Amino acid sequence: MSADFLNLLEVAINGLMAGVLYSLVALGFVLIFKASGVFNYAQGVMALFAAQTLVGIQTGQVPFAHLINAIFGTEVHYFGWNVPALLAILFTVLVMILFAWIVVKVILVRLVGQEPIILFMATIGLAYFMEGFGDMMWNSEVKRLDVGIPSGGSFWIEDVTVQWAAEGERYFGMYVDVLDIWATVIAVALVASLAAFAQYTKPGRAMRAVADDPTAALSVGISLNKIWIMVWSLAGFVAIVAGIMWGAKSGVQFSLSLIALKALPVLMLGGFTSISGAIVGGLIIGVGEKLFEYLIGVPFLGGATENWFAYVLALIFLVFRPQGLFGEKIIERV
Amino acid sequence: MNDMSPDGYTTPDGRQIGGVMMEVKNITLRFGGVVAIKDISFDIREGEIRAIIGPNGAGKSSMLNVINGFYHPQEGEVWFNGAKRKAMKPHAIAKQGIARTFQNIALFKGMSTLDNIMTGRFTKMNAGFWSQCLWKGKAEQEEIENREYVEKIIDFLEIQAIRKTPVGRLPYGLQKRVELGRALAAEPKLLLLDEPMAGMNVEEKEDMSRFILDVNDEFGTTIALIEHDMGVVMDISDRVVVMDYGRKIGDGTPDVVRADPAVIDAYLGVAHD
Repeated sequence: MSADFLNLLEVAINGLMAGVLYSLVALGFVLIFKASGVFNYAQGVMALFAAQTLVGIQTGQVPFAHLINAIFGTEVHYFGWNVPALLAILFTVLVMILFAWIVVKVILVRLVGQEPIILFMATIGLAYFMEGFGDMMWNSEVKRLDVGIPSGGSFWIEDVTVQWAAEGERYFGMYVDVLDIWATVIAVALVASLAAFAQYTKPGRAMRAVADDPTAALSVGISLNKIWIMVWSLAGFVAIVAGIMWGAKSGVQFSLSLIALKALPVLMLGGFTSISGAIVGGLIIGVGEKLFEYLIGVPFLGGATENWFAYVLALIFLVFRPQGLFGEKIIERV
Repeated sequence: MNDMSPDGYTTPDGRQIGGVMMEVKNITLRFGGVVAIKDISFDIREGEIRAIIGPNGAGKSSMLNVINGFYHPQEGEVWFNGAKRKAMKPHAIAKQGIARTFQNIALFKGMSTLDNIMTGRFTKMNAGFWSQCLWKGKAEQEEIENREYVEKIIDFLEIQAIRKTPVGRLPYGLQKRVELGRALAAEPKLLLLDEPMAGMNVEEKEDMSRFILDVNDEFGTTIALIEHDMGVVMDISDRVVVMDYGRKIGDGTPDVVRADPAVIDAYLGVAHD
């Protein structure tokens, strides 16, 4: 194989792995949108908050330390213990379930039957509230997140691929981050189990029923509140996984919440109502933006095309296939 | 008919009807200034097919919505199984054994016929959440048992051929039948049917009438139904409540109601002198 082709392959593989992370965030959106018709703007902030909480618990940070110190004139910052990663993740899951419960009981229940735009505005408010709340609870410093997932380039892949190059070419092997491989494996497992959950279990069926027709769901004995809490908890869980992956990759910081904006074009591509669409959409955008940058962006356009490629692609899709690749076509009778 | 024995009565075709299962007393329902239901009382007896008829906008669907808890009346009481019912959410009322269908079919359109009817078993499945997730132990056993019951209903309604079809793709008449199946799957004590034959052709209406009578006969289900087609109503129901402008203007066996001048007025608009 020629070195050029191997370079292209490397770009594509890395794009695929970035795409998996986009898919994860998009998945959180789809879950909530399907079950409660709410476009949850706060999904990205939920991932940030989950990552902050995880690091906070793991490193034994005192919650609201700044506030406490300001009021009582104390100087507490850390409890002085470290919580094992798995236990910390478990606590974070509990926190996100509590969060889901609060969102449903305090906000959604009062907005039942409102226009989608109102619910959307509510989630914007929620996003900014959470952002501030997260900073207040765990402070706004950039933090390192390490739950023991290995990271760094894989030497094995490098060694293997270096032999693929044709004789006499300058090629030093492929760089693939082990963290990305782990992220892919975990994301695939998560998606497979979510799909099985929705398809074959009673709560999963109830979730689909509520998404399809809330009135009919009520009439067969399904409690909307319970399903909403469950769905927001699931979205919170997805946010934790996304938060861990992104956090481990680029540190826990405000920009993490902006990955939610990258999920928007993913959703345009995949359709708002399709779990498989979120996955495929994420992969297409991940691979697409990396390949575009490599083949066209850098040589012809001066680079930095990754910033806008996804949105332009989404725009093209909106013009020609507004329901996305897998979304249900909405036909309104006149 | 008002001096019926509390223990029940025997229908002309020889079926034994039991005591009162559901009773609404002096129900008044308002939406802002609009009175949808005005001071209505009637009862539904065990094993009975009870019809509610009336012109458009008479408040029939509102009445059904009061019974299954979508609407909460401002005045009046609902008694079920001999006890006064508190204001409850619809899903809690469903758990008490009241199932329903809707005037404008409310199926889960993306789901298959089988899944739709399986959803009707929701209140019959009690395995814990984690057991559900792992699909082990009680949950697995429950899935299998409930699946068997659902298959029974599918056989009963003669819809084997469309078991796996997403219901959004089915023709109207079949969708109505699937919706009936979902309601039946809950093994309801009281089944509410909101215009089960609306928009159907004669053949489909005959099929649906047969199913309603069979449900009543084979499952012993008490049925309250709303219907526009007077002919069908008079054929299949034991007693009929007639509503007009939110009021009750007649109540009794089909024969009694048919001969009632107030009912004839409402339907034909003829002035009596």
